[in-house]
Amino acid sequence: MTLDEMKPGNECRVVKVDVEGVAGQRLLDMGFIPGTLISIIRNAPLMDPIDIRVKGYMLALRRSEARGVEVTPL
Amino acid sequence: MTGSSSQIIVALAGQPNSGKSTIFNSLTGARQHVANYPGITVEKKMGTYRFDGRKTVVVDLPGTYSLTSYTQEERVSRDFLLHEKPAAVVDVVDASNLERNLYLVFQLAEMGIPMALALNMMDVAQQRGLKIDTNALSQQVGMPVVPTIGNRGKGINELRQAVDQISKDGGAPQSSLRLDYGTALEPVLARLEKSLSEDVTLATRYSLRWLALKLMENDSEAGRLVREHAANTGDILSSVARERELFHSEQGQTAEQAIAISRYQIAGEIVGRCVKREKEERRTLTDRIDQVVCNRAAGPIFLGGVLFFLYYLTMTIGGEHVAPWAWKYWAMLRDVIAGILPAEGLIRSLILTGIVDGVFAIMNYLPIFLILFLLIAILEDSGYMARVAFIMDRVLRAFGLHGQSTLPMILGGVVVGGCAIPGVMATRAMKDQKARMTTIMIVPLMNCMAKVPLYVLLVSIFFEEHQAIMLWFMSLITLGVALIVASVLSLTILKREESEPFILEMPPYHLPTITGVIRRAVERTWLFVKKVITIIVAVAIVVWVFITFPGLSKERTAYYDGQVNTATETFMKKIGEDNPYAKLLAGTGLKEFGQFWDRYKKKKMGIKGKDAKEALKEKFSRENPEFFKIVNKGKGLDGKKDKHAKKVYAAYKKLDKKLKRLDTARRKETVHVSFAGRFGRFLEPVSQWAGFDWKTNIALASSFAAKENLVATLGTIYSVGEGPSGATLASAMAEDTAETWTPLHALALMLFVALFPPCIATLIMVRVETGSTKWMLFAATYPIILGFIIATMVFQGGHLFGLTAIQTMISLSLLTFAILAVTYFAGERSVLKKQLSS
Repeated sequence: MTLDEMKPGNECRVVKVDVEGVAGQRLLDMGFIPGTLISIIRNAPLMDPIDIRVKGYMLALRRSEARGVEVTPL
Repeated sequence: MTGSSSQIIVALAGQPNSGKSTIFNSLTGARQHVANYPGITVEKKMGTYRFDGRKTVVVDLPGTYSLTSYTQEERVSRDFLLHEKPAAVVDVVDASNLERNLYLVFQLAEMGIPMALALNMMDVAQQRGLKIDTNALSQQVGMPVVPTIGNRGKGINELRQAVDQISKDGGAPQSSLRLDYGTALEPVLARLEKSLSEDVTLATRYSLRWLALKLMENDSEAGRLVREHAANTGDILSSVARERELFHSEQGQTAEQAIAISRYQIAGEIVGRCVKREKEERRTLTDRIDQVVCNRAAGPIFLGGVLFFLYYLTMTIGGEHVAPWAWKYWAMLRDVIAGILPAEGLIRSLILTGIVDGVFAIMNYLPIFLILFLLIAILEDSGYMARVAFIMDRVLRAFGLHGQSTLPMILGGVVVGGCAIPGVMATRAMKDQKARMTTIMIVPLMNCMAKVPLYVLLVSIFFEEHQAIMLWFMSLITLGVALIVASVLSLTILKREESEPFILEMPPYHLPTITGVIRRAVERTWLFVKKVITIIVAVAIVVWVFITFPGLSKERTAYYDGQVNTATETFMKKIGEDNPYAKLLAGTGLKEFGQFWDRYKKKKMGIKGKDAKEALKEKFSRENPEFFKIVNKGKGLDGKKDKHAKKVYAAYKKLDKKLKRLDTARRKETVHVSFAGRFGRFLEPVSQWAGFDWKTNIALASSFAAKENLVATLGTIYSVGEGPSGATLASAMAEDTAETWTPLHALALMLFVALFPPCIATLIMVRVETGSTKWMLFAATYPIILGFIIATMVFQGGHLFGLTAIQTMISLSLLTFAILAVTYFAGERSVLKKQLSS
């Protein structure tokens, strides 16, 4: 499952970040490493981007970026 | 290191939202200045302080999450640390967000520069129930840790002391922190380090462990360093490539992934040892605010409210109350300058109507800018801007823009009445270079305050019954065209610009500090003043020269002078030599009286109420009782009638009218034969396709200096005399254009002005923000072509199909939105493609 398929109110853990280049590096920099806990908080008014909580802070990312993050739902 | 010298340089690093700028402000106070890093638009802020007799220069590096070479900010920070070799680095760390902040701490430490941590926002951490053992943390990271609360100035002196200490020691100043990257990577790093150490240049210049790590991360800039400095470049780089591939196939992950994972694991361990959570975290205030502000239904409404409020405060309070108050002082200043200058002639005309009016036309916006920049700074510091981007991104992305394009577009005047200058300046906050460039290019298409007077003028003459609807159509069409342009630009010439993924931190809400907000607003206003004024002066002079020269021929001047003489003689004859006032008005007396007359009439017009009128009369009577008797229709202050004076009054009234008419005719003819006039007529064969005659052409050319010149120049050409007010110009134009102009002419002109090139001040800001003259020229030329095509289309199309202006407007709107829909779906497709490919 990938992060963009998660529904608000649910939680998951990162399995793997599978994105090349800038987006991949940025996700790593922001703490998307295997085992990281992610809570999906909400969708933007037009369903994209999504607002999540990771490592104690809030982050907004587009679904196109979230698609590259493989997760297991909790 | 430079420990013993009298001046040291200290770099201030930190992640975004760590409160770095509050620390910077507290450290350096008012002794700051802002520059740009050469060749790019990233701000370089510097400030100084003295500690223990030693001067310390603090360089505020851009806030970054990491130190890769993917973004401009990160490259700038890294290059500074690598090449300028500061005596120390202070990393500002958000205490309530320690784990992610440590990720940057590690990377800075690896660069081998003496380091201290400012553990900032301790108060926020405490509120969230976090207790941090600073001594333990200091031991873990191997460097001094100073708890601070930046916005209250707490811990600043201790921080200065720590900086002094680490930059002085000289012995073993480097952080003793050394991350263990695990059994798979460490041997590789050791091998690389060894082969790097064989190169003398590299070994003396850089921390080799850092370089080895960066090479393994496949960092492009690190590769470049090796290529530039190393003797056996090929060997090193090919062995790096080999090691990377081997690592990937053996470990099932890339080296950069493994490195990031190790850093976060170690950060997690350190947090586990040093931070205690004293109470379970409840829902924070930020969470509760976001529940409303980012809500799917309430969020956009709230955003609309905030933008309306921003608008209202700037345009209504700023535009209607503060600005006129400031204008009073500008006007007073203008009068002072006018008083110093010789009463007539070219010098006066150049300085007063050329330079002073040109500069003041722009300076009039200063109070509005200041208010606007204050409000933006509040929005930025509060953390709401990230929410705006979150809400708007989906809509704007389809056109190659970004959620963060919202504010620049609003400032530019989406709804009518903004200003492109703050709009362009507001793009500075955007990290996505591609979207940023696109935004800069379209902001000038919005409806700025200076375009509005022309709309209002034309609409009131030609569309009397549909005024509001026409204005509404104008903003709709300009927005539509701007989005189409954005879409086209981002899919074509801006295609290759650097684009950033949308991964945006939503920081906790903050109460902005007053000094921080004021400082930023003043800084931005000052930047505007500094950049714009000098160039405005130059352009104003050029425009003035074009409108004034070569001037009337000798014959025509003689003709007008003759006319004036004849009129004066007629006047003198009419009052008769035996009139007791004749002597008074002979020679220069007439001129003096003329000034007295004008002043009295002007003052009288602006005055209401009986008492005030009496006071005015008394004042003028005291100044010159004879003159006063004349202007008061033969009545003295005492009410006594004087038939001679009354006679002079009647005669002079006629003369005055005649002289004014001659003056405007002369001015009109001067413009007609001027370079500008010739230019306007030269363009007429082409511009007539869009319905513009030479007069319109001149007005358009003059508006390049500042858009408000448009109406003023029209005023000069349509013979309204000095200081045209909207109403008189409207009637003069209506009279003059009644036969030649149709509403279609007006519509074509309005649309052209809407898209017409930005004023010179905006172009300067485009130059500043893009850092490129090429882009500035592009921003100046494409709107002319686009505007002309649309104006021609409207004018010719309307004629061809025999449509009324309103019908043409509706057709154009429909066409615009059809194209907009196409570009939207084209944009969607490219977004979708990108999603699938990732």
